[in-house]
Amino acid sequence: MAINWFKYSSPASFYSLAGKMIPLFVFAAAILLVAGLYVGFFVAPTDFQQGEAYRIIFIHVPAAWMSMFLYVVMAFWAGIGLAFNTRLSSMFASAIAPTGAMFTFIALWTGALWGKPMWGTWWVWDARLTSELILFFLYIGFMSLQAAIDDPRRSDKAGAIIALVGVVNVPIIYFSVQWWNTLHQGASVSVNQAPAMASTMLTGMLIMVFASWMYAIAVILKRVRVIILERESHTAWVAELHKKGAV
Amino acid sequence: MFMWIIKRDLLLAVRRQSDVLTTLFFFIIVVSLFPLSVGPEMNMLRTMAPGVVWVAALLASMLSLGRMFSNDYLDGTLEQMLLSPQSLSLLVLGKAFAHWLVTGVPLVLMAPVLGIQYDLPVEALLVLTSALLLGTPVLSLIGAIGAALTLGLRGGGVLVSLLVLPLYIPVLIFGSGAVEANMSGVEFSAHLSLIGAFLLVTAVFAPWAAAWSLRVSLE
Repeated sequence: MAINWFKYSSPASFYSLAGKMIPLFVFAAAILLVAGLYVGFFVAPTDFQQGEAYRIIFIHVPAAWMSMFLYVVMAFWAGIGLAFNTRLSSMFASAIAPTGAMFTFIALWTGALWGKPMWGTWWVWDARLTSELILFFLYIGFMSLQAAIDDPRRSDKAGAIIALVGVVNVPIIYFSVQWWNTLHQGASVSVNQAPAMASTMLTGMLIMVFASWMYAIAVILKRVRVIILERESHTAWVAELHKKGAV
Repeated sequence: MFMWIIKRDLLLAVRRQSDVLTTLFFFIIVVSLFPLSVGPEMNMLRTMAPGVVWVAALLASMLSLGRMFSNDYLDGTLEQMLLSPQSLSLLVLGKAFAHWLVTGVPLVLMAPVLGIQYDLPVEALLVLTSALLLGTPVLSLIGAIGAALTLGLRGGGVLVSLLVLPLYIPVLIFGSGAVEANMSGVEFSAHLSLIGAFLLVTAVFAPWAAAWSLRVSLE
């Protein structure tokens, strides 16, 4: 049987699919969050150098990863929307931006909280911190450009161009600030060598990463549903939903 | 086509010189504000100079971005340009080049004078000027994307700063880095090479992205 892959690229059919998927992701996010925080706060041992303060990595590292990952995903969907003129992809890009910006903000915020006891300062002009801050600016630029344009088609395309320009710039910015100044420690986890931390810490962190992932998917799907309703409010199927009292 | 658009934009700029002068004086005033606000301590000013000059150049170049397309947009010329069979990317490249000639070059020429105010040694002045010479066209090219995207939007001027300034950061870092390296006696040519690389990359890709943005904005 041939599967019609494009069925769910129509906002109308995706709307109901997303509605069914959201509870699953919310459930997964809640379970993983509880498990991750439990491992992080009660199971993982105290770090012999950093004491209890290191436990902030259970929030900080997932947030930092998600902030970068979501930007790439956002630019990807925005680019697909620009290239193939698929409305749903552009809606996805717009829906991802606020969540990405939130994770960026959390990463900066928790980093500051960690920096105070560890480095003795809230903020340093170091490579990672600066590029994360610039990433935050890129999210803000994307969102304010889209907010300034009333015509949804133009706002999708203009946002896509700035997102793609930004994604080209992210590595450049990252390396430019790295060569310019650096203090932040290197990555604690890497694919090709044994992690430099206790395995329970790593487990806790990975669980938290999955929790953030599930949370992000749930929130983004919810936001996509809202955007779909807003953009498709003139269509018959939304009117149908209204009549049933479903929205 | 390329030469034609440059000639035309330069002619327009000559006819309305106040626009050019406003940008230049903005640059001079911003640079002069710093000694007044942080104090005239020469050692400190010398270390601050490259950063201050570069930030002022960034702001001056950004503030004049609005003029790149908006006049042509308002009187309908831009629409005719889009309809013409010529390559739109080439046209944008020409416009960015003209923008650089009108706003970037005066800044580059003015920079050594401002550097002297900050008591920079002669060699550092040379490095500062050559870094600006390589870097300001990058600003115009990246700026073209921002200007094209915000064409005809309300609050476009503030918005363009949000879009463009984060993208200017690498140029800023290496531009002022070159001068700092020179002043601390380290080799600075790597910085200049990197700015040159940015220039080549943006000269190829930015006109293309800006042309896309113009099509989106005028659709």
